[in-house]
Formats: sequence, structure tokens, C-alpha cells
Amino acid sequence: MIGTAEDHHSNPLKIALSKFKRDGGRFISINPVRTGYSAIADEWVPIRPGTDGALLLAIIHEIIATGLYDREFLVQYSNAGQLINVDESNDEFGFFVRTEVPTEEACYEPQDKLWWDRTTDRAVVTHQPGADPFLLGEFNLPDGTPVKPAFQLLHERVKEYTPEWAAQITGIPAETIRRLAHEMGVTARDQKIELPIAWTDSWGKEHDTVTGNPVAFHAMRGLAAHSNGFQTIRAMSILMSLLGTIDRPGGFRHKAPFPRPIPPCARTPNDPRAVQPNRPLDGMALGWPSDPDDLFVNPDGSPVRIDKAFSWEYPLSVHGLMHNAITNAWRGDPYRIDTLLIFMANMAWNSTMNAVEVRKMLNDKTEDGEYKIPFLVVCDAFHSEMTAFADLILPDTTYLERHDVMSMLDRPISEFDGPVDSVRVPILPPSGDCKPFQEVLIELGTRLKLPAFVTREGARKFRDYPDFIVNWESEPGSGIGFLAGWRGKGGEKSLRGEPNPNQWEMYRKNNCVFHYELPKSYQYMRNWNKGYLEWSQRNRVTRYAEPILIHLYSEVLQRFRAAAQGKGFSRKPPESLKKRVETYFDPLPFYYDPLEAQLTDKHKYPLAAVTQRPMAMYHSWDSQNAWLRQIHTHNYLYVNARTALRQGIADGDWIWVESQWGKVKCMARHSEAVEPGTVWTWNAIGKAAGAWNLTPDANESQKGFLLNHLISEELPDGGSRISNSDPITGQAAWYDVRVRISKVGAGETATGVQNTSPQFEPMKPYPGMKTRAAILAFFGGKSK
Amino acid sequence: MTQLALVIDLNVCVGCHACVTSCKEWNTSGGAGTMGDQNPYGADPTGTFFNRVQTFEVGEFPNTETVHFPKSCLHCEEPPCVPVCPTGASYKRKEDGIVLVDYDKCIGCKYCSWACPYGARELDEQQRVMKKCTLCVDRIYDMTMAPEDRKPSCVKACPTSARLFGDVHDPASEVSVAIRESGGYALMPEWGTHPANHYLPRRKTRIKIHEDELERADNPLKVDRQLPKPAMAEPTLDDVTTW
Ligand code: SF4
Ligand code: SF4
Repeated sequence: MIGTAEDHHSNPLKIALSKFKRDGGRFISINPVRTGYSAIADEWVPIRPGTDGALLLAIIHEIIATGLYDREFLVQYSNAGQLINVDESNDEFGFFVRTEVPTEEACYEPQDKLWWDRTTDRAVVTHQPGADPFLLGEFNLPDGTPVKPAFQLLHERVKEYTPEWAAQITGIPAETIRRLAHEMGVTARDQKIELPIAWTDSWGKEHDTVTGNPVAFHAMRGLAAHSNGFQTIRAMSILMSLLGTIDRPGGFRHKAPFPRPIPPCARTPNDPRAVQPNRPLDGMALGWPSDPDDLFVNPDGSPVRIDKAFSWEYPLSVHGLMHNAITNAWRGDPYRIDTLLIFMANMAWNSTMNAVEVRKMLNDKTEDGEYKIPFLVVCDAFHSEMTAFADLILPDTTYLERHDVMSMLDRPISEFDGPVDSVRVPILPPSGDCKPFQEVLIELGTRLKLPAFVTREGARKFRDYPDFIVNWESEPGSGIGFLAGWRGKGGEKSLRGEPNPNQWEMYRKNNCVFHYELPKSYQYMRNWNKGYLEWSQRNRVTRYAEPILIHLYSEVLQRFRAAAQGKGFSRKPPESLKKRVETYFDPLPFYYDPLEAQLTDKHKYPLAAVTQRPMAMYHSWDSQNAWLRQIHTHNYLYVNARTALRQGIADGDWIWVESQWGKVKCMARHSEAVEPGTVWTWNAIGKAAGAWNLTPDANESQKGFLLNHLISEELPDGGSRISNSDPITGQAAWYDVRVRISKVGAGETATGVQNTSPQFEPMKPYPGMKTRAAILAFFGGKSK
Repeated sequence: MTQLALVIDLNVCVGCHACVTSCKEWNTSGGAGTMGDQNPYGADPTGTFFNRVQTFEVGEFPNTETVHFPKSCLHCEEPPCVPVCPTGASYKRKEDGIVLVDYDKCIGCKYCSWACPYGARELDEQQRVMKKCTLCVDRIYDMTMAPEDRKPSCVKACPTSARLFGDVHDPASEVSVAIRESGGYALMPEWGTHPANHYLPRRKTRIKIHEDELERADNPLKVDRQLPKPAMAEPTLDDVTTW
């Protein structure tokens, strides 16, 4: 388990960990901090934040150096053996060499690449019966072109990434890194699981069994939320692939709708003309660009979207860059907006970086007295800090008072054995004037006469949200809708079928869950499992049924790099971003210091600061709950005891924590469960005075604090500014900030009463909000 | 004679507090309730809990263990809290060994909480009576509940199933087997309280790799390090060396 905070994945993970430990599994946790899940790990490997990539690359180095990789798996199921043009003078440099192959039908990634066959010592089309590729070496095609297999390039890449090199960066002893690599490699190789499940691969070969190499990785935002997160996660995926543990028993298992083509087929528009006044966006709002021509940019290469997603600054930003939307709108870069609608994001507090400045931006005015963000709509179920900035509050319901779907179209709750989606149904009536936000959206869509919501004649299509969920289809008659279960007129179809008027009722009768269990032979090796892929295609889960080879070497990234180098016919990045795109779009994983660290004097700011949310609260919702807030009433900054003592900071002392971008005052807590170069705190415990209907003197605001004030949403970049994000994906670099700590001086408080800093003017209750009793003696009604 | 108890497996407890809140949720609304909170939405909120999870750090970095330690009344077999009670409110049940407080008799004098070496009792500030874990005595015998629900609320809620419940006097029960086979221990045995609740310690899984396991006959490098044979027609030293 690497980079996993303790609230992540919640109960399913707790259940699985306990089962895993009781079954005798060995559980290793790699984390700067030992809390929650890490507490019960068989081994805790403390690591410096943002250096996971270095560790993973060193493990890859060791796995290759000792021959502990699963050769057969790599040859058959990845592009390890495929030949890449290494002639630097050629426009095709860095791309796979292709040949003409007959293809029966349209496909996404034709199998037209080459291997250098060991038996015949020449280039052959991959996966020829009897052929076996060299994974290492350099060869010349008959026309003289020098080529190398992808695995050779990976081998060259990791040559310098020795355990000794990684030890300097990660703080993990080289011996430990080597041992971890050996434990993984030997377990994968010698503890194989062989399940008696027959299946047929994409090339028609029949297998009597499914083999598993039982080494599994669980990673979360601790890996991703750094500005080097994308390449780190690529390194981890490659490590899993080397160990042969993808969609096999005991390893990383896919959940429907995955596997999908790499990258999946959905694209955003790639032309500013897709945005027209009084017309819906002509295309998907989010997608997966696969080359520069898919970017959503203006002819001059500048971004179309307010958050600059899918632009040259963050080309593969498949989640958008919410953390920059307010700053961009305030600055008018790329343009000004007249309305900002915020749903369930506490952007004046714990959901934003740089909270102090962002709060000012929300209220800032132009010289002519007009608000820079003129109209702000906030939809929230709680009296959050964000609501104080709203021109219009839309009181939302909680999930207990409304219908919801965990849809196949957006991160369903699928299991390893097949697609699963689910719904929520209200168990309480909405209170006060609350209205589920879903209903608001449907109403808005209908009144705006967006085509999804009205007939050709302009008449309303959907009564309400439940009606919308049942009857909406991706296109007329597609049979693809939000819910995969009980489709068809009478609920007799799964995954695809006509809308069923009784679908909600059928979900309700089935505990609100639809679970489609695949036949055993379709449950593993799905990237290359003919039966599964055809099933997936027939059910329109995926468009193509061809094998999905693992990309050890990413040609998608190479396409962006080549464009930055001025090669080929695709769009080219603007001059100012060429270097950036060329550097970070490396087709093989590499390690670099997070961007913020590159801009920081590490002697001045020697510590990395990170946060996590406590297990007792999931996200920040309900952290004002009377019982939960007794568990975590305020937060401390946890500091390794030796680090603290070196600066004369005693346990419980008031300290200043400063980054280049801001300063907070809080209390220190000594800890032996944090690596010495890291400080950390619970996120979203600290609240603004008066918020969440807590009294202004509540501990959350007086002793609690928010680390977000220290994190900048932007970094200086030459003369301009760029998002504090991964340069490939735009993933917010929440965990990159570097800080220093110092004891608060005796004379620094006038009153002698300490509280955390910064403080804000207390939020006022809204009309109709009740003051709470001084004593709560809750006595719930009996059901039945 | 039956002695009901909890056995808590510290090997899998992740410290999520689900047992804490589910305990309060059940008990505040039941026979042992209410479990009042003072200043629930203000400064320094405090309230009655029958079960709390404490977290300790053991050892020095980097050899640190973080231990999540759920703690409630241990239902001692020799409970010092019982004889000190001047009104007879605190008592231990013969039939199942559960230690209970009769609120109608309790005068809130706190003798029992001073006598308890484990800090398991809490005075309910609102009702001014002593409260503590009842092992959900109002669940475990409730025949209107499904058999699988006749367990303490915390046991039902624990996602890691770290909490086992049963009769520690029955050598064949799940709890007795766990204590026997997984090194179960009681807290502070030197006090002679004979706590019925037990804890199971951390158990570590390790891998020992011997050097000869690292490289095997089928090491793929034996294949991949082989380079292609040179073409037959390429010149060799052999062709030009005449001695
Ligand atoms: S733990 Fe304390 S309250 Fe519970 S029986 Fe033992 S002495 Fe009494
Ligand atoms: S519910 Fe279980 S895992 Fe969670 S704190 Fe309690 S005993 Fe530990």
C-alpha cells in the first residue's frame, strides 16, 4: 500500500485488509506517516513525500537486474518486445515501427507492430505463431533503420535508478529497497496461483488455467497529488506489469467498464467553435486526448476552457482543474465569466489551495466597482465557509433525502467479477426548503431548453430526476443509460436495453444494487481475453474487441513530445510551452523533483507538509457532527520528535508554519510515527469561526487550522504563472508544499490567549437557523 | 458459569471509531441511555461514551508501532468497582458475568470510577449517574432480533471484524480459541481484577528469502541477455589469419 491516506476507500478496504491479514498475507505500507491502515502493516516503510517515483523506479531497476520479471507475460501482453525507431534524425524517432497488416474491421490500435524474432533473427509482425521476440538489444531493419525493443529502452532508462540513488531521495535505505524488490519478484515468481479456469486469448490460443502472481498494489492520492504524480503512477503500473500481476488472481484486477482502450475513446471537442452562445457544448465536457489534435485549444494554442484543461499547459487533464477556476476567473485569464456555480465544493476553505487569497478573489472588485466574479451560486447541504460568499444559495439535501445513482457512466462500484452499479433512495423527507441538486439541474436544463431535456418541439422530456435516470439514453434508442440493471420494458435486460418504467422499484427490491457476474472464464486477463472482449463489445461497454496491450512505452506521450520538438503534422505547442511539453511527456517514466520543490530553497523550507482526513470522518461532510467532533475537535501539526526538539519545540507548543506562500499558527504534537522530513495534520478539522453552525469559539476555529493556507494554487513560471499541478494531467499538487516551523515567541500574543492564525470574521447564522441547545441528549425513535 | 466478554484483535483494528459511534448510537436510545453531550456544538464539547479508541505510538522512529486501542468496561471477574459501591447500584450478574449499574440506585458518588483501574466508567453529567458498557445486554437476549443481530452493537459495526464476542468460560467458543491460539492477554493482570475482555496482539508476517532463491535456472535474463547471432556472411578473423 503506497500513498494511501486513511480515509481512502473506506470500509471495503478495511474489510479487505483484515481478511488479507487473517489469510496470512504480508502487508507493507509505504507512507511518510504511520496511522490508520499503516498501523496494522507488517512493515512500515517511511518515505519522503513526492519521492515515490524514485522508489518505484529503483525497484524496477532491481527487478530487471535480477531477472525477476515475468518474461512470458511481458512478451504476450505488453509492448515490451515491440520495436521502436531510434534514429534521431528521423521524424518517426521514438515511434513504433509499423507494417501493413490486413485488418478486418475498424480498430483502435491495429496489431501492426514488429518484434525482432529470436529464432529467425529478423523482424516479424508481433504475436506470430512460433515467434519469440528479443526484449533486449539493438537491431537494424532491412532499410537500415536502427530499432530497439521497448523493454531495452526501459532497461536503459532505469540503469541509473539504482537503490543507492533512490535511497538519497526517498530516505529509504538501499538495502530495504532491494529487499522489497526481491520479496515482490520472488513471491510473484514462486507463489503462483493456478485456477482451473479455461479461457481463450485474443490470438485464439486456448488456456486451461488462469495464472496469478500474488503481489498487489494499492495506491491513492499520496502518489497522484504531486506534480510528478503521473510519471510516478506510470512507474507503478510498469512495475505491476513487470511482475505480471495485471488482471490476474492475487493482483491488480479490473473493474467494469475497464479495461478500455488506451486511452479510452471519449474526447472533448478540439475546436473553439464547439462553444457557441445559447447552444450546448458540442461534445463531451471531459475526455481523453490521445494526440495534440485532440486538445481543446484556440488556433493560437491558447486554452478554451476557464480551467485551461485539455490545453498545452495540462494536456491530459481528464478531471479538469477545478482548483484554478476561481483564480483564472478572477484574473480574467483566459477570460472573465459572469456566473460561477459551485456544487458541494468548499472553495472558500478546505477544497481550495491558498484559501486566504481565494477568499479575497471571491469578493474582489474591478476599478469600476463591479465584482470580478459577478454572480456566485453555491449549492451546499451545510452552512459551509463557501456559502458566505454566495449571491444565491441553493440549499441541497444530504444523500439521505434524495435519489442518487452510482452509474456505469461515472465511476460505478463494480466488483472484480463484473459490473455493479447502485442507487440511493430517500429515507427521509427533505428538510426546510432543500431541493436535491439533481432536480435543480434538470429544471435548469429544461428551462434552458437543452436538447437532452426537451423534445424537438421544445416540450419537457423529464418530470424529475428519477424519471430522467430511467428514460435518458446516450442517444435515441441506444439502450445505454445511467443504470445497467433491469433495463428493457419489463426489466429483463442487463447493461443495454429500452428504458424500464419500474427500474427504481427493481433496484429498491434488490437492496439498491445491480450486480452482473461475468462467467468465470471472463473474469481474468480481460485485456487479452477474447471471450470477455467480445462480450464487452456485444454489450456496447467498449467499441472494440481487440487486445489491449499494456503500454510499457507510451506512444501517446511520445506524440506530444514529438510535437513539442516540431516534428510531424499535428498541432504544435506555443513557443513558451515547448520545453515543458518536451520534458514531461516522456514515453518512459522518469523521476523529477516536484515543481514546487524545484522552485524552493530547501534549506530555508526543509520540511514537506501533507494532510489526510481522519477515518472517523469521510471527507469533511458531517465533521461538525456532535459525536464525531468529540473524536477530533481540533488538529495539531504532527512533527517528528527529534525534528521538533532540534528547534526547541516541545510537545503542545504553539508554532508558526511557513511556506513560501503563507503562514499559519497552530500547536505542535511530537510523533514517532512520521518521517523526520515531514510534518502533517488532519485536513478539514479546522473551520472558520461560526461556520457549520458551530459557535464562533468552537475548538475547530480557535485551535484547529487549515494547511491549505500554505499551498499555492499557482507557481511562478518565467514571467507568468502556471497551475501548481502535474504538467501532464493537471492533477492538483496538494502534497508538494515545503515549509519551515518555528516556535511562537513569548511576546507574540497581546492577550496571552493563544488561538490559531489566520482568523476570519465569524460567519453569521442565516435567518431561520436554530441556535443549538447546550446539552444534547439524543434518543432515537425505534423503527417498526 | 458463563462469562460474556469481548476479545479485540489489535492485529486488524485500524482505529476507525465505528465501534465508538455505533455504541453510542445504540445505547443512547436504549435502556442505558441517554448518553448526553455538553456543548455539543460549542467550545470543548464533551459527552458520555461507553467505548473509546485511544491511539498510542510505541517505540522510536523508524521502529514505531502505532496501536489503536479500543477500550470499554472489561467486565472483570473480580471487579473492584462493585464492592465499593455504597448503594449496591454496581453489580455483577451471576448468569453471564456482565457488570452493570442500576441507575435507580446510583447516587453518582464516583467511588466505582475511582476503584476501576482502567478508567472504564464515565459519569453522565446530565443524569448524574455512572455509566459504562453493558455488553449491549438489551440486544444480546432480544428474541425479536435476528440471531445474527444479538451481538453488541460495536461487534456488528466493526468493519475489520476485530471485535469478537462470546463466553470466555466455554473452552470451545470462538473467543476462547482466539485467546488460546493467538496469544490473547488481559490488561494489567497484576491488579487481580481478572478482566473478562481480552486483547489479541499484533502478529507479523515476514518473508525470508534465501540467496539461492533469487536466481533460478529459468531466469529470463538467460534468454534476454543472449544477443543475436552475427550474419554468416560477415567477415571473421578466421578468414584472414593464416598461421
Ligand atoms: S473494567 Fe472497571 S468498570 Fe469494568 S468491571 Fe472492571 S473495574 Fe469495573
Ligand atoms: S470498529 Fe473495529 S477497526 Fe474500527 S476502531 Fe473499533 S475495533 Fe477498531
